[in-house]
Amino acid sequence: MTQSHFAAALLDPDAPVPVGVIDPRGHPAPKRFAVYRNNVAGSLVEALKAAFPMLVKLLGEEFFAAMALAFLRAHPPKSRILMLYGDEMPGFLEQFQPVAHLGYLPDIARVDQALRESYHSADSTHLPEVEFHRLLGQDIAALRLRLAPSLRLIRSRWPIFSIWAANHDNGPTPKPQAEDLLILRPEFDPRPQLLPPGGAAFLAGLMAGRTLGESLDLATGPIDLAAILGLLISGRAIVGVSK
Amino acid sequence: MLDQSHGLPAKPGVGYKPQHFQAILQDARPVGWLEIHAENYMGAGGRPLAQLRHLAERFPISVHGVGLSIGGEGPLDRDHLDRLKYLCDWLQPASFSEHLAWSTHDGAFLNDLLPVPYTMATLARVADHIDRVQSVLGRRMHLENPSTYVAFAETAMGEVDFLTEVARRTGCGLLLDVNNVYVSGVNQNYDPVAYIDAFPLHLVGEIHLGGHHEDRDDHGQRLLIDSHGAEVTDPVWALYARVIRRAGPLPTLIEWDNDVPDWPRLAAEATRAARILEPVR
Amino acid sequence: MAYHSKSLIIAGALTAALCSVASVASAEDAMEKCFGVALAGQNDCKAGEGTTCAGTSKVDYQGNSFKLVPAGTCMTMELPADEAGMMRHGSMEELDRDLPEA
Repeated sequence: MTQSHFAAALLDPDAPVPVGVIDPRGHPAPKRFAVYRNNVAGSLVEALKAAFPMLVKLLGEEFFAAMALAFLRAHPPKSRILMLYGDEMPGFLEQFQPVAHLGYLPDIARVDQALRESYHSADSTHLPEVEFHRLLGQDIAALRLRLAPSLRLIRSRWPIFSIWAANHDNGPTPKPQAEDLLILRPEFDPRPQLLPPGGAAFLAGLMAGRTLGESLDLATGPIDLAAILGLLISGRAIVGVSK
Repeated sequence: MLDQSHGLPAKPGVGYKPQHFQAILQDARPVGWLEIHAENYMGAGGRPLAQLRHLAERFPISVHGVGLSIGGEGPLDRDHLDRLKYLCDWLQPASFSEHLAWSTHDGAFLNDLLPVPYTMATLARVADHIDRVQSVLGRRMHLENPSTYVAFAETAMGEVDFLTEVARRTGCGLLLDVNNVYVSGVNQNYDPVAYIDAFPLHLVGEIHLGGHHEDRDDHGQRLLIDSHGAEVTDPVWALYARVIRRAGPLPTLIEWDNDVPDWPRLAAEATRAARILEPVR
Repeated sequence: MAYHSKSLIIAGALTAALCSVASVASAEDAMEKCFGVALAGQNDCKAGEGTTCAGTSKVDYQGNSFKLVPAGTCMTMELPADEAGMMRHGSMEELDRDLPEA
């Protein structure tokens, strides 16, 4: 018995029990080996259920568990830090035939994943309000904002914020429209926010380290700059300013 | 070896679950210390680390690793060892323990404690890995006896002899999981009492107790599963009492990881352990 | 647009933003600052856990076949299939999810 044989047979339910794996009386032990198969699959399915609550709600628990089993066999965790397991889920869903009719699912998986990343990301201290007032007198367009590590931006062709809100807070039925979503973590609880139109390109610029002025140039359509800055400030997402 | 830890108190402890945070701060009695899984506190920040910092100011903490893969055929993962060192350095836990098992292979983490055959080759490898862990962490670790469900044709020595020899070669301590002794005893057809009586109890720095689930194997034999999802069973309490009579009071963890109960039910299990610990103080 | 006039636009937006968040901030300060439990109505993410050293009690993850259909809330959400351009942003906008690191 090598651990390669053991590990391969754990993830493939059709593989035979590895040679040399027996019961204490020396007999073959398929059901005993199945305990390990179940521990691996069962614990990872549970981890994925906790990781993708919105997918569980949308797909139902039974379907999700079966799908998670297919996922973990194709993409076993690469890291021992299981709380971030699942970053291959959006790509998996794009290829998974039984959900091909639910085109928004990969983006919803991105939201679940980003919420978790945000939850575990480094703490930071937001810029106090008085500092913002001090900026007003400067050449503000030339400044760059340093943003909280917990900030996440997800752009979608689907109404991902409305889908999230409908399922999480009993919000209204989503209308077919494109939505961009911002995840803010003012304290310890990440929370998705709908980004006003034009906001995503601007924010992507800021996140890439561009100046406020350069980022503003990236916005293609009309942009409600006050609303976006308001979201960032109230979400305690601005942690520093530099030239 | 440099060792900053002062050990855990000889009281009941519990595996920490975030849903018990407030109950623990209000009244943790009779629980005197907490155990965490190292890997769940390797994030960069947020609530889990904030809670842990807060608890660590009030309780001795035991760090229990589940991902080091000490029994793995491959070398220990350097990055993971570094993360473990970082955690132990800032947290300064009262104890660090890991399992006689493997959990990673070829870059995949399988999230289960997989069994090793007890051979001279395994012994040499496990001892090497423990030497490395202790030298990187700068502290003595405790190695836990596993629950096992299968046997290996190549196994050449008993588990107690194997663990005793690992401890002799490396200087590590042992974590005696009494439920695992019972589960493996039934599954491997040995007498748990004889196992306990042969065990080097002077090396034990911590006890684990947990619930198991009962099944049957292909031949109708009892097959116990270490599910940590229920109360500790009576035969395991009896074994535990035997350990404490022989060894004196030891830090004793109640493990309840599946179908986690509310705090009073968990605290009741700790109280039962405290009643066994008390008379021998 | 000149930097100067852009600065005026941004400064105007920032002033408006600061007015609007003043009330939010004070409401938040009044809330119990609590790292213990998730605030009511906030995310109920159980992401703190994941690892296990326990076994799975039931033997039910053996199978390999997949015959199920989704049965959650997706059944009640009528969102048309992703036809070309159906839900695109303004036609100019590019969809780049792989944003550069901040």
